[in-house]
Amino acid sequence: MTDMLSLIGGVCVVAGTALSLIGAAGLLRFPDVYTRIHAASITDTGGASLVLLGLCLIAGLSLTALKLAFVWFSIMLTTPVAANALANAAFGSGHRPRIGAFQIMRTDERRKTSRGTEAP
Amino acid sequence: MIALPSSLNANLVIGIALLVMLLVVAGAIVRTRSLLAAIILFSIYSLVSAVWLVVMDAADVAFTEAVIGAGVSTIVLLGAILLTRGEVEKPGWRALVAPALVCAGVGGLLIYAAAGLPALGDPASPANAHVGRAYLEAAPKEIGAPNIVTAVLASYRGFDTLGETAVIFAAGIGVALMLGFGPHASPLPPAATIGDHHVVLRVSAKFLIPLIALFALYVQFHGDLGAGGGFQAGVIMAAAIILHALVFGLRDTMMAVPPRLVRSIAALGVLLYAGVGVACMLNGGAFLDYDYLFPPAFEKQVPGWLLGDPEHAHHWGQHFGILLIELGVLLTVAATMLTIFYGFAGRTVEAIRQERGA
Amino acid sequence: MLLAAGAAGLLVAMTITIARAIMGPSHYDRILAVNSFGTKTVLLLSVIGFVFGRPAFLDIAIIYAPINFVTTIALMKFFRYRSLAQPLGLSAGEETLDD
Repeated sequence: MTDMLSLIGGVCVVAGTALSLIGAAGLLRFPDVYTRIHAASITDTGGASLVLLGLCLIAGLSLTALKLAFVWFSIMLTTPVAANALANAAFGSGHRPRIGAFQIMRTDERRKTSRGTEAP
Repeated sequence: MIALPSSLNANLVIGIALLVMLLVVAGAIVRTRSLLAAIILFSIYSLVSAVWLVVMDAADVAFTEAVIGAGVSTIVLLGAILLTRGEVEKPGWRALVAPALVCAGVGGLLIYAAAGLPALGDPASPANAHVGRAYLEAAPKEIGAPNIVTAVLASYRGFDTLGETAVIFAAGIGVALMLGFGPHASPLPPAATIGDHHVVLRVSAKFLIPLIALFALYVQFHGDLGAGGGFQAGVIMAAAIILHALVFGLRDTMMAVPPRLVRSIAALGVLLYAGVGVACMLNGGAFLDYDYLFPPAFEKQVPGWLLGDPEHAHHWGQHFGILLIELGVLLTVAATMLTIFYGFAGRTVEAIRQERGA
Repeated sequence: MLLAAGAAGLLVAMTITIARAIMGPSHYDRILAVNSFGTKTVLLLSVIGFVFGRPAFLDIAIIYAPINFVTTIALMKFFRYRSLAQPLGLSAGEETLDD
């Protein structure tokens, strides 16, 4: 039974890691800030949940599992909020998405911001 | 710590991977001309070295590195950037010759010296053989704290730690003297940012701030048992208040935690630490000898069941001494970090202009 | 074995994140990379705690998650507003302490 749980836990950890890797690939390959935020934040929370769940299964019912639950709790609380605040700030400082509706509306600004590396 | 043979390979591989990352990040920091990018990369650098220290089994140091290096020092550096330019111009190659020679010389010396270091975890190395071994053998008997690092830091080397606390206090005073003691202008949000709301951030920050403070207390009181202690807890406590200032504005924070109070607390911490030492002297012991923290007559009154194990009843003074001085360290470190933050963050363009105008 | 594979995967993910932090191009990309890197660090700390059989490392992971958040917010606020002192923008209905 314990072996089975450990095995499932290990698989969960590897799956979570795979999610993190996919997110990192998205972070590297996606075209603009918003799609990158999307890729990184979703996979970070999802991957973290899977990895920590897997470790919980390996640890069994113990203080360690409680600590893992705390780690999960603070990650679930902070990562989405940070992503939201970051996207908010990026939009406020003039970055416009390169794909999607805003591109049509604000092509003039996009030309300006996609060339320079600095926020205006 | 003796590494298990099965984990040795993982240890080695992870260590090498982390060191390569460190090198790459360090190279990028040197190459970038934007100081802002350099600060961000510094944060990553501290994180990688924190993980590396964990891999080397130095949990207490890793803790400090993660909390101070990646957390508070990034914020202080940002505050410093407020007072200067964000970019540096590329220096000509002539200006680089002398620093490059010095760096190459020192680096070569360090590599040469590293060849003479004892192997990792070598029990016969000088650091582990004499005083280190003595501490390891005596600490469980004499101090009773499960974390040897805390026992050495707070009890055997309590005087050194007092010195470190005083240094931190002095650093806070230095920053306050340079950047000014008085309250600075704390601007309201400009009209342009009124509609630019951060509701999600504000709501979740209200929830996070007490949580971070709670974590700080956990680190503080867990220091006896595992990694942690006053230094790390102080920084985390300061981070909670800094988060409040970042989200709700410096002026509201200065109303809740006035700078004058913060400076008093910083002094109080050092006073508490030194006061514990003096109390030990008054009871007939040496400075910071916690066995004499309580008068012997009082010590006899303590029932053995307080610590559970009757044999360990004589550790009472040690426990309370370590607890008290860690509290002093917590107060000083948290208050000093806040003083530094107040000094840098409050030094806005408006404040400087007002000062010159007045 | 699976845990070691997980740690290795996280290390690769961290390396990719560092590449984004170095490449930029905008500072928001870098902040995002730091934040993502921090989360992956927390996970790596948890996993290697189990690989080495030292779950005590989890304490560092617990503390690091909120510290990472504070750093991210500080960086975000600095690059957006060039100030660490001012309050973040209020929505229309909220009031300040001034009234």
